[in-house]
Amino acid sequence: MKTEAIIVMVGAQGIVVAIAAYFFYKVLTVKPKPEPDSYSENDDITERQDN
Amino acid sequence: MAAKAESWGSRVGLILAMAGNAVGLGNFLRFPVQAVQNGGGAFIIPYLVCFVVMGIPLLFIEWSTGRFGGRYGNHSTPYILDTMAKGRIWKYIGVFGIFTNIAVASYYCYIESWTMSYVYHTIKGTFVGMDQAQVAGFFDTYTTVAKSTTGIPYEAVVFYIACLLLNTYILSKGLGGIEKVAKIGMPLLILFGAILAFKGLTLGTDGASDMFPNANAWDGLNFLWTPQFDSLWSAKVWLAAAGQIFFTLSVGMGTVHCYAAYIKSKDDIALNAVSAGFMNEFVEVVLGSSIVIPIAAGYLGLDWVLQNAGFGMAFQTMPYLFQQWGHVLAVFAGVFWFGLLFFAGITSSLAMGTPWIGFMRDEFGWKNNKGAWSFGLIALIMGLPTVIFFKEGVFDEYDYWAGTVSLVVFAFLETVLFAWIFGMKRGWEEINLGADIKVPVFFKYVILVVTPCLLGWVLLASTPDIANKVMNNDTHNKEWFADAYYAEDYGSAEFGVVDSVAPNFVKIAFENEKQVFDKTQNTVNTIKYTDYKTYSFKNEQHTVVSLGDKIHPKDKIAEGKFTNNVMYKTLGRLLLITLFIFISVVVYRAYLKRVKEGRATA
Repeated sequence: MKTEAIIVMVGAQGIVVAIAAYFFYKVLTVKPKPEPDSYSENDDITERQDN
Repeated sequence: MAAKAESWGSRVGLILAMAGNAVGLGNFLRFPVQAVQNGGGAFIIPYLVCFVVMGIPLLFIEWSTGRFGGRYGNHSTPYILDTMAKGRIWKYIGVFGIFTNIAVASYYCYIESWTMSYVYHTIKGTFVGMDQAQVAGFFDTYTTVAKSTTGIPYEAVVFYIACLLLNTYILSKGLGGIEKVAKIGMPLLILFGAILAFKGLTLGTDGASDMFPNANAWDGLNFLWTPQFDSLWSAKVWLAAAGQIFFTLSVGMGTVHCYAAYIKSKDDIALNAVSAGFMNEFVEVVLGSSIVIPIAAGYLGLDWVLQNAGFGMAFQTMPYLFQQWGHVLAVFAGVFWFGLLFFAGITSSLAMGTPWIGFMRDEFGWKNNKGAWSFGLIALIMGLPTVIFFKEGVFDEYDYWAGTVSLVVFAFLETVLFAWIFGMKRGWEEINLGADIKVPVFFKYVILVVTPCLLGWVLLASTPDIANKVMNNDTHNKEWFADAYYAEDYGSAEFGVVDSVAPNFVKIAFENEKQVFDKTQNTVNTIKYTDYKTYSFKNEQHTVVSLGDKIHPKDKIAEGKFTNNVMYKTLGRLLLITLFIFISVVVYRAYLKRVKEGRATA
């Protein structure tokens, strides 16, 4: 392969892999939020919010 | 009273389901082809810029809009949009978010059923000993409904219905079923993709043969990744990059809103959105670019790839290429490839069922089971014409109107709603509510100005093409029923010459252009060559041209009784319009019900 093609390929794929891995790692390690935050509680609002 | 809504079992499950929704066949087939056709390595620059200024903002908009609507008990776009702004019109614009999904699912399940069928044929050994033309011919036979490759009558219809039943069954199990499929399907997809990508990256010149002595996988990779910086100044390249980002992320459909509506009120959406988005990019940029192009270039040469790169390669070429690895490895490679496409397909098609199910549960109290089976029934009614009249162009018609135009229209309208009507101040608060990452303030201004302008440009630039489609300008046989058949266009050539003719057959030679790779100069050159267009007619039709005749587009070449494809395409369009009206009526009924219950908004 040509050097410039290798640089672009490794650069583009490296950036995407690094950012994807970083965000997924954050997802796995961020602590869950404390309650009260249950879904059923969220669903109680039945009227549309005023604009 | 609406039935109680569900919620996601885990955050990882949600992200895998969202990523699965985005990852589709386009990641493996559309992206590398777009890159090859738009400047190779330089394409990645506009592509990544469009991901940042259009893809990520649209993900933020749809995730936050969905969670906002879910807070008010709405789990599909008609009432999610209605919650965001005054005016009855928004719930009908939200109809796009159900319509697109049902229409796309109806033909997408057909592609998915091909992957199921090809896994079966790979294991059975159907492709053993076939040359490339025979593998391509197999696909042609398979999609001809009256023919059978297994002995099962109407095989394509049987596999299609089986695939739709599988989707419907999983949907009837609710979010739990979708989450399970995503948790199994996405890791397997990445594993299969990684194995095939490894082969693509290491194949080199091993695939060269007597027929293709210059075949070299690295030529494919070189062409894909060598930057041609002059293409950066081309508006066409930027439009292609914007289009690719748009379709790969599955934005503008209503599925992201729907999935996000089941997120807890103050749970993060910012990190979830970028995580799912980048997972899709990983599959596309890393795996998608390392399979089809290098493997095809490795066995058939770059010239072949330049002339034939397209969607058809997945089914018409790959099974032949796998055969070159020996019988046992070919079975594994075929199962990995079509298994990968199957998981990419099913995680997307399942997402398409959820907006309808969510809407019917919210508004009419339908349980998952009832919602899922009604979705399956509507998709079947809509989808059968795409299976039966595949060759007549109904499938492509659905793909264009529901799978392309609707997405751009809806994404543009929802972006305007979010940024300018709901208001960027509230929108920004929504994006940041409960966020586990700090979203750069740069995105606030991008969402306000750049994203709507970019989407407006994509929509505007597509207008001539839309007008051509409406006017059926792609054919000279515009009548439904005709007594004569006229020659179609030849591309750039003005005329063709009859090369051979029989009472029911005519072959016309014309001058065409193709790209060839000059290995010594490392450049792609365009050369002219003689191409052929063939027309086959039925017994009651006969040709009216003679050998050596000069034939221009629109010249009469046959007489008899003809039923042109325009009829099937128009009926396809009418079916899509009927579906849109049907969903609008259902939304109107839901509105009347809300009025009766005192829940309606102004």
